[in-house]
Amino acid sequence: MFVSLLRLEIYKIFRRPRTYIAFGAITVIVLLIQLALKVNGTDFIRLYTDTQTDIFEIPYENILNGYFVCVMVLHMILIHVPLLVALIAGDMISGEAAAGTLRLIAAKPISRTRLILAKFAASSLYVVALLLWMAVFALAGSILIFGTGDLLVFKETEMHLMKQTDVFWRFLAAFAFAALALTAIAAMAILFSVFSENSLGPIVTTVCVVIVFTIMQQLKVPLFEKWINPWSLTAHMLGWKGFFYVEKNEEGVTLDGSVENPWAVLQSALILTGYIVLFLMISVYYFRKKDILS
Amino acid sequence: MHKLLFMSFLLFEAAFIKLYAQDEKLLLQKVKEKYDKVNDYVAEGKLKTNVIFIKAPVSNVKVYYKKPDKMKIKNEKGVSFIPKGVVNININEVLSLQHYEAISSGTSRIGNTECRVIKIFPLRDEENITRATLYVDENRHVILKSVISTREEGTYELLMSYNRYVTYGLPDKVQLSFNTREYKLPKGITMDYDNGAKTPDPKNMQNRKGKVEITYSGYVINQGVSDNVFQ
Amino acid sequence: MNIIEVKNLSKSFGSIQAVNQLSFSVKPGEIYGFLGQNGSGKSTTIRMLLSLVMPDTGDIEIFGLSLQKHRNEILKNTGALIERPDLYKYLNAFENLEIFARLSGKKKSRKQMMELLEKVGLAGRAQSKVKTYSQGMKQRLGLACALVHDPQLIILDEPMNGLDPQGITDMRELIIQLSRKEQKTVFISSHLLSEMQQIADSLLIIHKGKKITEGNLNELMNPEKVRVELITTDMPKTAHWITRSAWAGSVVEATQEAICLLLQKEQLPQLNNDLVSQRFGVVSLRPYLSLEEYFLTQIRE
Repeated sequence: MFVSLLRLEIYKIFRRPRTYIAFGAITVIVLLIQLALKVNGTDFIRLYTDTQTDIFEIPYENILNGYFVCVMVLHMILIHVPLLVALIAGDMISGEAAAGTLRLIAAKPISRTRLILAKFAASSLYVVALLLWMAVFALAGSILIFGTGDLLVFKETEMHLMKQTDVFWRFLAAFAFAALALTAIAAMAILFSVFSENSLGPIVTTVCVVIVFTIMQQLKVPLFEKWINPWSLTAHMLGWKGFFYVEKNEEGVTLDGSVENPWAVLQSALILTGYIVLFLMISVYYFRKKDILS
Repeated sequence: MHKLLFMSFLLFEAAFIKLYAQDEKLLLQKVKEKYDKVNDYVAEGKLKTNVIFIKAPVSNVKVYYKKPDKMKIKNEKGVSFIPKGVVNININEVLSLQHYEAISSGTSRIGNTECRVIKIFPLRDEENITRATLYVDENRHVILKSVISTREEGTYELLMSYNRYVTYGLPDKVQLSFNTREYKLPKGITMDYDNGAKTPDPKNMQNRKGKVEITYSGYVINQGVSDNVFQ
Repeated sequence: MNIIEVKNLSKSFGSIQAVNQLSFSVKPGEIYGFLGQNGSGKSTTIRMLLSLVMPDTGDIEIFGLSLQKHRNEILKNTGALIERPDLYKYLNAFENLEIFARLSGKKKSRKQMMELLEKVGLAGRAQSKVKTYSQGMKQRLGLACALVHDPQLIILDEPMNGLDPQGITDMRELIIQLSRKEQKTVFISSHLLSEMQQIADSLLIIHKGKKITEGNLNELMNPEKVRVELITTDMPKTAHWITRSAWAGSVVEATQEAICLLLQKEQLPQLNNDLVSQRFGVVSLRPYLSLEEYFLTQIRE
């Protein structure tokens, strides 16, 4: 029964025109970034390496490969994808309430717990579909346009260089992590959706939460850094980047297949999973008790 | 009498220094002659980078050289951070100086080899090199270590070890030390993931030593190198 | 066994008492009219019957099973049209039907669904998206969705709303057909007594969440008997006496404010005499000549 319910929810998601806004937006943004880097990639890299041009020969052309472009695309758009996820997940309950279909489905012989879980599972599959789409355009597309090569990743005070042969698995892991992070956003949007009878409220609330926590993270205020950021959803959502930070030995040479502090990435994944469980538990608790008056 | 004695001593001293300096120059000339056997080469090697803010794997590089001062290190497909000093500050540039003063600074051990330490001061202001200290293996007529200060690229330290290509004065391994600059990006463009790993403090990057090491697997000597390579 | 048995059902939203101690029962196969003004608590009651709203107190039994304990079992056999059905506007009639059939755990063939659409007069527009439908068409599709899994109990909340006269006639005929030909039990709410009079077998009238009256429509509408409202100076004592007297069979409802009896007009003087002889201070003994008058009077109060 759950599978059948899930299939129905997926069917509903992919029959709605708004679902395709996200796919369209990602396609356009990715293509725009790729075009910009194709035209002006060297200047873009110079922005990051400016202070080192006197000391080092910077191999701009080799840095600007498909892997680098894909990381840049992810860096630029993954922070905005929660909006696209909220657009669908925030509408899962409240949208049906606003459309008047919630009372019809809630009067069917399906437990409300199953209904929420099916809607969550469908939203998660939507997230996966969105990331697969992104993988095709951002990774496969960039490889097609820019080719492959060693991957250079810029941190605030470090540069991490990975061999071409040590990169692909990192993308798979990063996409899987991003799926987990965006699923947490979907769970949060569904939670807000339970409390609302119009879709705009939960969508805007979800986006606001993401923005507020992102700003707190960027402000680097000691109070936030000590008490909020270690538990901040948005801080842990960046865990996908962890797969592009490598470990080096005493001689300064990176270790192939290594991840700098993998426990931190695992911890982030666990915290995100914890959030998903928490959001779902609250959603189920309230939705089971909720009087459907829409 | 005393005055005469003192004058004689000064004359002797000057003559001794001059003689000694000439000895240094002679040694350098022998080193140069060895280097001069090489008109060009293409070498393959592995590059190791040890810079506080760079985490990089060992990369395969190709080194191209052509007399008198053309040099290029290339990582054809991959990414390597090659300090400009390796390219610009080759020993030949020091050895090719026409007007310089060479002063002996005694001897020093580099590894197991006793070396003659020679300080070189270019006499013309327009030279990029402001001073250089060379540690010369007198038996094999090769330079094991050099510390070269330049106007534009700062001070570089080169450590070289020789084996298979010693007859050409070409090292099997070169280690370059250089001063690094601060590397710090504006927060807005990075949005790093805080994985709890210790990140280098930009304050510690200034004037810290960075190192790169090239271990050569083989040289192709005097087979001709196209000028296009160096463009 | 009654199809629906509701006892002392109450629900409040904040300080508003939407449903107050409501009890009623629905027999198998009947069309049970649920009458009340807008805001009288009809929709809340219906939503409680469908477990959309949780009651504060009271019990609901459907098909002899507790709704709280056997929700899914009950809803499997219940179809509902709740107020204005908007359905999935971006899907067509056929796709909407398929969704609701599957949600009820039933898989219907294309032929079966087309037959149902034919029944509600939408076969010709089966492939059109719902967003292109008129309100009446949506209402008919809503009914089809309520019927798609072939339920025994059909709960319809104001199904005539938004329909044109022809639509109302069609809907009425369809409801009668469901009850008479297919022996389905239909629980139907409306705010129009005239509408209920045309189709209902039994009627429950509520106002401000409270039951005004309940009974067989013929009895309620019987012109030989009139509803009489009795108010005395001592209502508890009066109620105690009357329920043990010869008048007990005529009592329809007894509350703290008034006692409602169903009497022949000629019986009124005798009732008055009996009350006086029992030394009750009669404040009011008021007959209502029609159900509508009774209904309207209660509403006005």
